[in-house]
Amino acid sequence: MRTKTGLIKRMVEYKYMYLLVLPLAAYYVVFDYGPMYGIILAFKEFNFSKGIMGSPWIGLANFKEVFELDEFWLAFRNTIIISFGRLIFEFPVPIVVALLINEVRRAGVKKFYQVVYTFPHFLSWVIVSGIMVNFLGTFGVLNQLLELVGLQKINLLVDPSHFRSLIYTSSLWKDMGWGTIIYLAAIAGINPSLYEAAAIDGAGRFQQMQHITWPALKGTVVILLILQVGRTMSSGGGGFDQIFNLYNPAVYEKADILDTYIYRRTFALGSSYGTSTAVGLFKSVINCVLLVMTNRLAKRWGQEGIY
Amino acid sequence: MVTRRTWSLSNALIHLLLLFLAVVTVLPFYNVLITSFADPASVAKQQFYLLPTSFSVSSYQMLLNGSYVGKALANSVLITVLGTLVNMLVTSCGAYALSKKGMPGRGVMMTAIVFTMLFGGGLIPYYLLIKSLHMVNTYSVMILPVAVHTFFLIIMINHFRSIPPELEESAKIDGANDIFILFRVVLPISKPTLAAITLFYAVARWNEWYLAMLFVNDSKKYPMQLFLRNMLIDVTKSRRDDMGADMVAQLSQIYPDGLKMASVIVTMLPIMLVYPYLQKYFSAGVTLGAVKE
Repeated sequence: MRTKTGLIKRMVEYKYMYLLVLPLAAYYVVFDYGPMYGIILAFKEFNFSKGIMGSPWIGLANFKEVFELDEFWLAFRNTIIISFGRLIFEFPVPIVVALLINEVRRAGVKKFYQVVYTFPHFLSWVIVSGIMVNFLGTFGVLNQLLELVGLQKINLLVDPSHFRSLIYTSSLWKDMGWGTIIYLAAIAGINPSLYEAAAIDGAGRFQQMQHITWPALKGTVVILLILQVGRTMSSGGGGFDQIFNLYNPAVYEKADILDTYIYRRTFALGSSYGTSTAVGLFKSVINCVLLVMTNRLAKRWGQEGIY
Repeated sequence: MVTRRTWSLSNALIHLLLLFLAVVTVLPFYNVLITSFADPASVAKQQFYLLPTSFSVSSYQMLLNGSYVGKALANSVLITVLGTLVNMLVTSCGAYALSKKGMPGRGVMMTAIVFTMLFGGGLIPYYLLIKSLHMVNTYSVMILPVAVHTFFLIIMINHFRSIPPELEESAKIDGANDIFILFRVVLPISKPTLAAITLFYAVARWNEWYLAMLFVNDSKKYPMQLFLRNMLIDVTKSRRDDMGADMVAQLSQIYPDGLKMASVIVTMLPIMLVYPYLQKYFSAGVTLGAVKE
């Protein structure tokens, strides 16, 4: 009994704090936990007039229907391929760029590079797609240059065979600089006397990079890697925004990921809400499992993990 | 670090690479700029490579004479100002409470918040929820569903935790309550963090197009980003039923490239203006955010 009255006393003591946290709690309950309730639609035959609760249960029929669709598996395959592509082509670049920037001695020059590289991060994919169209479209700079040197024009935006490289390069262009910031911050935390000691011992630039800078970066790299793997089924951070704003029917076969597929199924093709919810749930569960698994692996390898 | 300048070949290579990346980053912007300022005839003929061949502001005149641009810009400003205000109020009040380790229930709330980063309901349940809240075609649909970003919330919690408790205790002895302390003692000394988060929120609000695309059919309520998106892609195919007849008529004509790029510039302008301030807070923000709960 004593602990109970103690708890109540403490809650009264914090009464204004509860008042302060109320809008925040309401936000999460309504806009994050609210939609979780709607997940049951994946197991129902949704009927507008009956609402979520009133619609009849149909077990796993929605999943069965979806799993029989070629388009679903196409989108699934694309999602996995693009995610792995991001891990291979995009993930290492900010690390390398941060290491390169770190080698620049003059503070002003260092800053200049960072300022230039980071700017595109703050633009929406809508704006970036406009910039890309202007640069890479049929009459864009790229094709003018190709024409100038006598090569054949290509329109990367409607060419399925080049579209994935366009996805990787455009998100590198947009977010490479932003990605370097966290690595540079980690590098900045390294004690400079380590480098001095290494230099006295005769370690060259690459040896210093290998034995001092890299070990200090490793923890950060692992955490970011876990987060990236946890987003596999959304095809990396910002996957939807990017692909949705850059793709078009000509490249669906190579570019359609589960997120864009769900969107089109529902809003352009008018498919049932039940099956679309099933695709979404399938995606979220795999994401969640991947995140938990990589986090566990990271811990087994003696790294910190994200929780 | 004395001996690190010795191998100058590698130095040269590093600078060459970094400079190349900088040029690649800037070139597309430069190209947008000269397209927007070229006269329509030369845009049509594509007569520019690296140096502009003509100068004209006609694209901007055309853009600003259009009936929808002014409205879209005004909508974006409104949503950005109100939205950021809501963001800051909800986030800073909530973060302050959650920074207090002694508050009963705090652990449960933190777990519940972190869980939302791992798992969500997905698009369709979200869509149905917003519809059932009757938020379709309102300005609030572009503000309330994004009232909090978990990432910025965690940054704020970490920030409040770093404030020495003595400050608050002395105010408490003078009889002040927590709300008074937050607004009169804690927030005033938190100006740099507040400024940083405000800027980041403001950029996010300005860049918002997704919610508008999903839930706003009334073209009079379009924000600039959605207006731009409609201009860039041929929306008449995909969303014809959702738009008023006059909007369809306006959109069915193909927009000239100069006009498109002028609207890219106009949409980008506010970001360019706040960028120098944002830039100051990069590493602080990112490293704080990386600290785990």
